[in-house]
Amino acid sequence: MKKRTMFFRMITASLIRRRSRMFIALLAIAVGATILSGLTTIYYDVPRQMGEQFRNYGANMIFMASALNEEGLTSDILEQGLTQIPDSKIVGCAPYRYETVTINNQPVIVAGTDLQGVSKTSPYWFVDGEWPSSNGQILIGKQIAETLSCGIGDTLLMTYSEEAIENPEQPDEVPDRGLNADAVNIEFTITGILDTGGNEESYIFMSLEDISELTGEGPYDVCELSVSASSEELTGYVDNITSRDLGITPRLVKRVTQSETTVLTKLQSLVFLVTIVVLMLMMICVATTMMAVVTERRKEIGLRKALGASDRSIVVEFMGEGMMLGAVGGLIGSFMGFAFAQAVSVNVFNSTITLRPILVPITIVASVIVTGIACLIPVRRTTEVNPALVLKGE
Amino acid sequence: MSLLELKDVSKIYGPLKALDKVSLTVEEGEWVAIMGPSGSGKSTMMNIISCLDTPTEGQVLLDGVDIAKENSKRLTEIRRDKIGLIFQQFHLVNYLTALENVMVAQYYHSMPDEAEAMEALEMVGLKDRAKHLPAQLSGGEQQRVCIARALTNHPEIMLADEPTGNLDEANENIVLDLFRQLHKAGTTLIVVTHDPEVADVAGRTIILEHGKIKKEVINSKEK
Repeated sequence: MKKRTMFFRMITASLIRRRSRMFIALLAIAVGATILSGLTTIYYDVPRQMGEQFRNYGANMIFMASALNEEGLTSDILEQGLTQIPDSKIVGCAPYRYETVTINNQPVIVAGTDLQGVSKTSPYWFVDGEWPSSNGQILIGKQIAETLSCGIGDTLLMTYSEEAIENPEQPDEVPDRGLNADAVNIEFTITGILDTGGNEESYIFMSLEDISELTGEGPYDVCELSVSASSEELTGYVDNITSRDLGITPRLVKRVTQSETTVLTKLQSLVFLVTIVVLMLMMICVATTMMAVVTERRKEIGLRKALGASDRSIVVEFMGEGMMLGAVGGLIGSFMGFAFAQAVSVNVFNSTITLRPILVPITIVASVIVTGIACLIPVRRTTEVNPALVLKGE
Repeated sequence: MSLLELKDVSKIYGPLKALDKVSLTVEEGEWVAIMGPSGSGKSTMMNIISCLDTPTEGQVLLDGVDIAKENSKRLTEIRRDKIGLIFQQFHLVNYLTALENVMVAQYYHSMPDEAEAMEALEMVGLKDRAKHLPAQLSGGEQQRVCIARALTNHPEIMLADEPTGNLDEANENIVLDLFRQLHKAGTTLIVVTHDPEVADVAGRTIILEHGKIKKEVINSKEK
């Protein structure tokens, strides 16, 4: 039999046959490892979870045409810009075209956009009624709806012409709809009233196809993006797009990204601190238990020395026991930790998390290291045992 | 050359002389009993011979090497390679089986060998109890495991401290029979005992008192 086999046989026997003695230490390690694994999972999952929560507060990145871009923000240019951000990171994308049209000779601003994208970049929009589901349907801001005294189901005739926009009072002389030969007149149905508490309430929103039909083709004025990424990643995307000179000026919506970064940093610091405190408690508990174990086993240590064991072999055996305990506790804790993180995620963020397999070996190694450190002082005491004294007869 | 030679060995603890210029020679294959009342220096002498302690003065030559001058690491090596220890309280590792307890001695000596450990247990009549934990063995059986552990590495000298002190008469006889067998096989035995019957079995009895050898008796015949 190899010495290593006997070594493992001895420490396994010590842990299994003295399990009632080692249970407290194992429990301490398993609880510590559970918290470590659980909080680490949460630590890495919080940015994603919080990112999803923060996406409810609107877009965090904006694309605009750069100053040297004469074409404006066309679909092609926008597409190139979007390819610089991984698809998995883009929660929503809403390009906007703003045009001024007249309704009953009153100038109003209409915004053409991808309404499905808007529902993702601006999930906080409250729509009384329905979102437009087909062409010819519009959302109207609450403020403008009050000005025009219209509501859900009403139709609005919009007129677009260069002349009408330049001299909005003139159309009084053209009372009949469609009489201006250069103007485009289209009737739209209101499906919902938009209530955001912001500027959006003074706009009318329609699909990109509708605005093109009404005002002709044109580049986008701006594109709002909701990107699920850390502050560093977002800055990276902005720098990358800027350096590629694609004709896009990307900008971060700082009030969103900064709040997100601040909250995340504080949360992660809190999680980190709690983890450190738990690890220290675990270390103290293991050290205390091992101290008791060493005291309790003084005779055995003396016997081993009397049989020819060096101080080093005794230290290695006790460290081996501690580390094996750490490994078992770490293994239990890594799975318990996932269950703990899952429960926290479901209760706090209302979403589930996936097991990160890499955390299993990391938790085991961390538990072994922490247990090893905790064992250092108790194990050092084994070298002080004098076999002649502890083995003395009656 | 004698296997063991103590020359003017003293052990002094402050004002107390546990051993006072003791000289003793033990030849290879000899069976020596050490007797004396409590505090006579028996255990101190055993500790020094078994390399668990060092004398304050004097020389202790074991196989020609003065162990009084060796450091603790070297003493551990000598103890591991040359000495087999048997204790009054058995001192078995309580979570290891009888077989594993014997193998522990092999583990520190050289390489653990299950078959050899089993042979040692067979020699003390405990082959069928090899897988039992100490708590499942009687006192006599535990002492026999202790003897098997001491002899498994074929030590040059076996030291037994009150080996029958905790045993009933039947078990005492079993242990003494084992000592007879070991002695017959050429093992050098030094046995510390209070019991004159145990001492009587040895070839020579040393009687200690107040740290000095009071008397040395050559037993007429080994029984």
